Amino acid sequence: MAGTDINRTVETVFRIEQARLIAGLTRMVRDVGLAEELAQDALVTALSEWPTSGVPDNPGAWLMAAAKRRAIDRLRRAKMQDRKHAEIGRDLDEDRDDDVARLDSALDDDIGDDLLNLIFIACHPVLSADARAALTLRLIAGLTTEEIARAFLTTEPTVAQRITRAKKTLAESGAAYEAPRGEERAARLASVLEVVYLIFNEGYAATAGDDLIRADLCGEAQRLGRILTGIAPAEPEAFGLLALMEIQASRLKARVGPDGEAVTLPEQDRTLWDQLLIHRGREALAKAEALGGADGPYALQAAIAACHARARKAEETDWRAIAALYDRLREVIPSPVVDLNRAVAHSMAFGPEAGLALLAPLEAQDIMRGYMPLPAARGDFLFRAGRYAEARAAFETAAGLSRNAVERNFLLKRAAACGPARPVPRQ
Amino acid sequence: MRVMVMVKATKDSEQGIMPGPELFEAMGKFNEELVKAGVMLSGDGLKPTSQGKRIAFDGPKRTVIDGPFAETRELVAGYWIWEVKDMAEAVEWAKRCPNPMPGPSELEIRPFYEMADFGEAATPEIVERFDRLREEAKKR
Repeated sequence: MAGTDINRTVETVFRIEQARLIAGLTRMVRDVGLAEELAQDALVTALSEWPTSGVPDNPGAWLMAAAKRRAIDRLRRAKMQDRKHAEIGRDLDEDRDDDVARLDSALDDDIGDDLLNLIFIACHPVLSADARAALTLRLIAGLTTEEIARAFLTTEPTVAQRITRAKKTLAESGAAYEAPRGEERAARLASVLEVVYLIFNEGYAATAGDDLIRADLCGEAQRLGRILTGIAPAEPEAFGLLALMEIQASRLKARVGPDGEAVTLPEQDRTLWDQLLIHRGREALAKAEALGGADGPYALQAAIAACHARARKAEETDWRAIAALYDRLREVIPSPVVDLNRAVAHSMAFGPEAGLALLAPLEAQDIMRGYMPLPAARGDFLFRAGRYAEARAAFETAAGLSRNAVERNFLLKRAAACGPARPVPRQ
Repeated sequence: MRVMVMVKATKDSEQGIMPGPELFEAMGKFNEELVKAGVMLSGDGLKPTSQGKRIAFDGPKRTVIDGPFAETRELVAGYWIWEVKDMAEAVEWAKRCPNPMPGPSELEIRPFYEMADFGEAATPEIVERFDRLREEAKKR
């Protein structure tokens, strides 16, 4: 095999093994930064040895063994520095046996648990949301600092610093390495799911743009979601989140027009929806429900997405089912945005007056003041109720709140479609 | 990128000989690896072509041909659909697959077409499709 080919192979194998390698090493050395360095050391060793020795039959185990040897060397050096006694030699040999035994048991244990624990560590609540996302993409998804920087529209040094600081914070907080149990586990899992969904949404928001790395974040998040359901197969919300992401991602091709503009759900060409992802999404949702998680926030959102996915045409959408799901969702995650979507669903299911009735309490909330979708929804309900003059005023209010030219034009067009404005009385 | 990995048929698979318990277990383990790595999207085994049919097209003519079909090496006995970063990753995973057949056998990896592959050629049609959609949207 030519030199460049074998290097490519080594790098590919490393990419496949990297997360599991770092996960196993993290358990041994209880330090993600050191674990990552050891994994890199193993890669360097492989790059120098495999071109002559060939790729080993079990490259994952080979890389782990190489990293392990480096770990032992380091432990040994650290001990030499710490203690300069004569008996150190004997202690060292004993210690070394212990270490080797510990390292071997780390290898034999279920690698899935190590990986899950590494995800828990990367998404630890002591870290900021940005740091969690960056560390997860770095350690689990194997993205480079440069790729993460581009994905989050920031600079490479910023991301590098964010990751370095995160590792330091983790190292200082010794508790971060304990596998969470009981109630803490549920809270920590919620933090993991939040990070994965944040990564997905970062990509989803970017799909109308032209930077593919950003859009690829959806794929990375889906893969993280798939890994999570693979290594934590008893967690209903992991399946709920995966279902939500698969179904939302099924529409990626349909939601971007030829000029890169966003195409809204009712206007999408549904033949472009990815049926394999929809199928996977529904299966994951069924699994979440079978595990008793039908009322989880992600499962409910996935169920709503699945309702849309089932409709071959926008007019066939089962809005009554969607309205009922929003009624349940607002119990689980009370939020004005959920309430607004609920009002839209009710207006589609039970008529515009039903929607207007649900909007009224929202309009009284300070937090919703200046929130463009609110008057836009109001305009739509009024228009459908035949109250054109009021609808026109609502669309104009919404257009005034929009910061996006395409969106503003759309709203102004809808305002114009309401017929001529009433004559303004002269002053 | 999304790839289809096809398990090519052999005499054994065409005769409907089921894999032994050892292969079943090894394949189960491999599939579990694929799932835990977030690579596997779907996959299944196919019955021998003796239970299959072919529809031959010639202009407006349609002819139904009953299996089994002769050219064993070209037939498919099973498939996976994987999501991988690139072809090199697909190759690495495929190399880790236990030999799916008792004798010599083959896997074939084929990438799916993606929007970007259509490039210039399909653009006018897609543009037209979206223009039509936009017109319809405007009418509403």
